[in-house]
Amino acid sequence: MNDFLTIAMPKGRIFEEAVELLRKAGYKLPPEFDDSRKLILDVPEESLRFILAKPMDVATYVEHGVADVGIAGKDVLLEEERDVYELLDLKISACYLAVAGLPNTKMNDVAPRVATKYPNVAEAYFREQGEQVEIIKLNGSIELAPIIGLSDRIVDIVSTGRTMKENGLVEYERIVDVTSRLIVNPVSYRIKDGQIDELVRRLHNVVAVEEF
Amino acid sequence: MSRLFMFEKPLGMRDTLPELYEKKYRVRTRMAETFKLWGYQFMETPTLEYYETVGAASAIHDAQLFKLLDKEGHTLVLRPEMTTPIARVAASKLLEEDLPIRLAYCANVFRSQQREGGRPAEFEQIGIECMNEDTVVADGEVIALLISSLKKAGLGQFQISVGHAGFAQELFVQILGTNGRATALRKFLYEKNYVGYREHVNALNLSSIDKQRMLKLLQLRGGEEVMDAAADMIEQGKGKQAISELTQLWSVIKDYGVEDHVKFDFSIVSHMSYYSGILYEVYAGNVGFPIGNGGRYHLLEKFGKKASATGFAVRLDMLLEALGSVPYETDTHCIFFSQERRREAFQLAQKLREQGKKTVLQNITGVRNLDAFTKRFIDTTYLIGGRSNE
Repeated sequence: MNDFLTIAMPKGRIFEEAVELLRKAGYKLPPEFDDSRKLILDVPEESLRFILAKPMDVATYVEHGVADVGIAGKDVLLEEERDVYELLDLKISACYLAVAGLPNTKMNDVAPRVATKYPNVAEAYFREQGEQVEIIKLNGSIELAPIIGLSDRIVDIVSTGRTMKENGLVEYERIVDVTSRLIVNPVSYRIKDGQIDELVRRLHNVVAVEEF
Repeated sequence: MSRLFMFEKPLGMRDTLPELYEKKYRVRTRMAETFKLWGYQFMETPTLEYYETVGAASAIHDAQLFKLLDKEGHTLVLRPEMTTPIARVAASKLLEEDLPIRLAYCANVFRSQQREGGRPAEFEQIGIECMNEDTVVADGEVIALLISSLKKAGLGQFQISVGHAGFAQELFVQILGTNGRATALRKFLYEKNYVGYREHVNALNLSSIDKQRMLKLLQLRGGEEVMDAAADMIEQGKGKQAISELTQLWSVIKDYGVEDHVKFDFSIVSHMSYYSGILYEVYAGNVGFPIGNGGRYHLLEKFGKKASATGFAVRLDMLLEALGSVPYETDTHCIFFSQERRREAFQLAQKLREQGKKTVLQNITGVRNLDAFTKRFIDTTYLIGGRSNE
């Protein structure tokens, strides 16, 4: 198992784009890869093992070293602050983190409340703006919060903006742009340097080509 | 706060059960014996130190310190590492004669955990400090001893990645002009954010040659060969000195014959901000975190002594994880006895113990499940019933 490189992949939206990117980089991934329900997929021909995790958990697996590398959104890295190397911007799954709320509203003066899946990012952002806010942690459907009066604002991922629009919310501020990153465990980075350098080189070539 | 259950411990605190204790003891003993063979002397310092002295001098983040108050209202800390307390003792007592000293320690240190589990808040560190010896040969000695002791502990596969605290900083200052700008860039390295580093470099108003030099820094990893590439990147001054120190170090390590375990990595920037020169981390393949780290530091100056030192610390819990699960085999004998043959049993036990055999004496009527109990011993002797015919 030692010569296998374990890659933590995010399930869902980013997965397909990440698989496509790996294929473009010349990794031969079997066709059944795309719709398998397995959580662990071995590709012995490439000495790769994939583990499929919740996007928010990818950095956790990599930090603890049970995965050598991972593909994680910058939003996850900002929120989780895991001790991992962020080696490459893969430029896939582009979106951004934003502050949103009902149109023409102001935040409560006494106790401004912000609902979010990203409590650390939200708190740090408002602190930098010189505002102390109360964070309410939600796990999904964040758009509900201002509509039904749970919070004044939300901090959430925006990719097309459709969900927000359909729910009558407007964007107030853009916090940071988000793309997926290649992350690496610090020990693997040194011990499996050959395999990892090769992966970075091949992915980098694909990403660099797509840019032009 | 909810009521605590009786079995609960504070976050990050762990028990060491007998089996693990035994393994830990063996590994610790082998490391310690190696340190002693190289002439390092063990010492101890108190668990509690002043926040204002050791707490402030230590490179461990403030949020990770366990703090409490003494009767006078001084803030105390549970020691978060051992290098700073030893520097305190050395600067105030041991270095009076201005000679090199070689010290060793093995102690529990404390770092509070805000986040999830998986990380202990109290763990054992075993390490050495070679103080008031400024030559690179001393750094080489410490690394060679690190390798020797890990091998004695039974670790086969491990790697030490060596960098230099002065190199990146000097490169940045030469190109960017000011310490402030250099520190801003260094932060990306410290945070391991290479994407941010590259973006920052590319956004700077610099010649493409200088940009290339900065980007190349991220690739300076490997054996002896990266030294030449590094030498080409830096013009003069402290950066050249860093290269010359690493070159000397490599030749010392080769003289010790342990170069197989050592690689260079110029991108290593330690969170331990007191490291000022050569610094390194130890990795074992099957553990996701470094099992140890070390380097040269000028911490003694904070305690009023103008001298530098070099040393390392290995985390015993990580080392045990790296060693993997060795099946635990008991080596203890048991003598079961009944009341009438008690004296005979005691005499036999004494004889066995004198031979160095671990022996348990157990009154036969004191055990309810004899079958389960006997499984814990390598062999058993029964001295029960009527007297033997001796």
